[in-house]
Amino acid sequence: MNWLVDFFGDPAHWSGPYGIPVRLLEHLEFSALALFLATLVAVPLGLLIGHTGRGHLVVVVSANLARAIPTLGVLVLFVLLLGTASIWPVIIPLVLLAVPPILVNTFEGIRGVDPELRDAAYGMGLRGGQVLGQVLVPVALPLILLGLRLSAIQVVATTTVAAYTGLGGLGRFVIDGFATQDYASVFGGSVLIVLFALVVQVGFTLVQRVTVSPGVSRRLKVRDSGATSR
Amino acid sequence: MGDGPPSLWEWIARNWDTGRAGSIRDLLSDHLLMSLVPIVAGLALALPLGLACIRWRWLYQPTAAVFNVLYALPSLPLFMLLISVTGLSPVTVIIPLIFYAMAVLIPAVVDGIRAVPEHVRQSAVAMGFTPLRRLVQVELPIAAPVVIAGLRVVAVSSISLVSVGALIGQGGLGMLFTRAYQNPFLPPVVVGIGLIVLLALVADGLLVLAQRLLTPWERARRAT
Amino acid sequence: MITFDAVTKRYPDGTVAVDRLGLEARTGEITVLVGPSGCGKTTSLRMINRMIDPSEGRILLDGAPVDTVDPPVLRRGIGYVIQQAGLFPHRKVVDNVATVPYLLGWNRKRARGRAMELLERVGLDPAMGERYPFQLSGGQQQRVGVARALAADPPVLLMDEPFSAVDPVVRTNLQDELIRLQAELNKTIVFVTHDIDEAIKLGDRVAVLRVGGKLAQVADPKTLLTEPADDFVREFLGRDRGIRRLQFVSTGGLRLRTDLTVREGADGRGDEPWLLALTAEGRAAGWLARGRPGELGPAGTFRHGRDSMRAALDAALLSPSGHAVAVDEQDKVVGVATRQALDEALTEAVHG
Repeated sequence: MNWLVDFFGDPAHWSGPYGIPVRLLEHLEFSALALFLATLVAVPLGLLIGHTGRGHLVVVVSANLARAIPTLGVLVLFVLLLGTASIWPVIIPLVLLAVPPILVNTFEGIRGVDPELRDAAYGMGLRGGQVLGQVLVPVALPLILLGLRLSAIQVVATTTVAAYTGLGGLGRFVIDGFATQDYASVFGGSVLIVLFALVVQVGFTLVQRVTVSPGVSRRLKVRDSGATSR
Repeated sequence: MGDGPPSLWEWIARNWDTGRAGSIRDLLSDHLLMSLVPIVAGLALALPLGLACIRWRWLYQPTAAVFNVLYALPSLPLFMLLISVTGLSPVTVIIPLIFYAMAVLIPAVVDGIRAVPEHVRQSAVAMGFTPLRRLVQVELPIAAPVVIAGLRVVAVSSISLVSVGALIGQGGLGMLFTRAYQNPFLPPVVVGIGLIVLLALVADGLLVLAQRLLTPWERARRAT
Repeated sequence: MITFDAVTKRYPDGTVAVDRLGLEARTGEITVLVGPSGCGKTTSLRMINRMIDPSEGRILLDGAPVDTVDPPVLRRGIGYVIQQAGLFPHRKVVDNVATVPYLLGWNRKRARGRAMELLERVGLDPAMGERYPFQLSGGQQQRVGVARALAADPPVLLMDEPFSAVDPVVRTNLQDELIRLQAELNKTIVFVTHDIDEAIKLGDRVAVLRVGGKLAQVADPKTLLTEPADDFVREFLGRDRGIRRLQFVSTGGLRLRTDLTVREGADGRGDEPWLLALTAEGRAAGWLARGRPGELGPAGTFRHGRDSMRAALDAALLSPSGHAVAVDEQDKVVGVATRQALDEALTEAVHG
């Protein structure tokens, strides 16, 4: 476990343009940016397709295809085609790969809402937008959040790989360290990435706890009622 | 032909089988092996673990939680951390992929078998099936569609994930990506992506076919 | 009043769900639409609040055509109860009930107050308001569904097979509760069911529809049982029409004898073959046969004036004497309806 001390114990790793804080913030920035842009595209599209029921084939095909496409290949392809003058040649594939999980799960969540519920909502006089916002989205929220979580996992991993094409972030410790046979940096960076991914995972679990109604997640116990006739 | 850069097809023809290590054919067979092992091993491990989770219900929650966390970890740092144990070998890439596969397949096995209707299970018991026969002849066939759906996800994502291994020199067709980046040149990338997607589609198609053969009643049901 | 004026619903594939339906659902009454599946009863109901729009004809709500009103606005003024209650799983029961008041812009306190009041009204403990729907039984959920439909006090209530997904005991409870509520509220209710017994129990008027969406007959339940318009209605009504019709004949006119009772423990006297033994409180203890002192046979009872002739006849058949025992609200015996008296009343019911 010497490398742990070598890596984390070296004050040079904690400051400067190539230090841990900067790399961490970079990783956070790129991941968050990609996830945000993907959400901006995928959630409205998923809601629309789920609500209207039109275009679901596009969703299913895109999801299957996205899983098959090798991330490293796409990253290299974009960099070779667009150069490395800005971060966008790398961010664009990150976004593209982050869209399908959100899209599919949002779509499935909305489509899976009990039709009776939709019927009751319209029957009481909710308008289309109200039905979507007040009934369908809260009921589909667990699946929508699952999509966001899967997408976040994907983005954190792809951001790591993207360090190979020169993007900043925690992946640089691993990639650069591997190239220079600085194994302290490789292992230290790996540990940081693993911790980062765990924090993201925990964060999403907490968001789910807070935002999903206990009536949907059924987190409360079913209490027997003695109070009324059954 | 001329002296300009070679066409895509020319490049393929030249590099398909060079007789040296690193030819496209070599990489393809490496890739096939490195993705096939996690799929098969993942299933072989997920089946007994899933069955155990059904037999001992308390086991499922912690097992699912552990694999859920493993699934969230990016592959590259896992490869790197494993290097100290398994060195720069295909095994280093294969092990994390097995864990990912199990993370998908254990819930599939559990959900699939739990989906067997209680009256079917009961009537199998009543007819005198032993637990093992009941599992093999009744429960597993009924669970097959759900398990195969999980296998399709595993197969496609394993095939594409192997390529990340190229960053530690063990990536099958992924090696084409690093080669193309170090020596800026498009054809290897295009070929790599194309072959990996093709491989994934073929694997997916084979699994769909397997499901048709294994569960003929599902098709009969859809036809009516 | 809700008026169907020659309403037809034809789907693009040519199937006719409702065929030139002409019908009135009177204000303050329960009008039941009943018929086999495919008779267009639910389609007809859903055209009232414009969940479906008719292909031809008009539907009027108190004289005004419903198609001139924006559907959401129209629906907020019409209560709607469906089979599985359709409660919103992510909202507490009280907020479910307050859905329409919220939509109408009531403030939270007033809407919740109203919701609590309604929960009590439909027979639920207001403490249940803080639960989520999945924590309630099916019957309780259905009650919440009714409370939700009533929340904004709409004059009209549409009920689409609301009780068909609960078990028979709960269903009977819910039906009784609806009758009690309606006595207090006097809503104009249109109720869809495939169960003819439910229709006869609940309906002030019952419209029988046949497959293809044609109205077969509309009448009050008694008339329906007495004079079915055709073979279809007769068959749909099923067996025992005669007996079931007695549900609508009052026992108020039954001639009662008061000279057939004796205190429990006393000996039978006179030449009556059967005497009714009474407890000290004046309740029926059982029938005494002449010559067999000490042996009590079971006594069938009915509430005089409140129960129907069907109940009286049932009581008579349960007693070894063949006489029915009339009791008051406190179960005290007020007299005995002999076979002869029942016979007279039945004769009158048949001719009158």
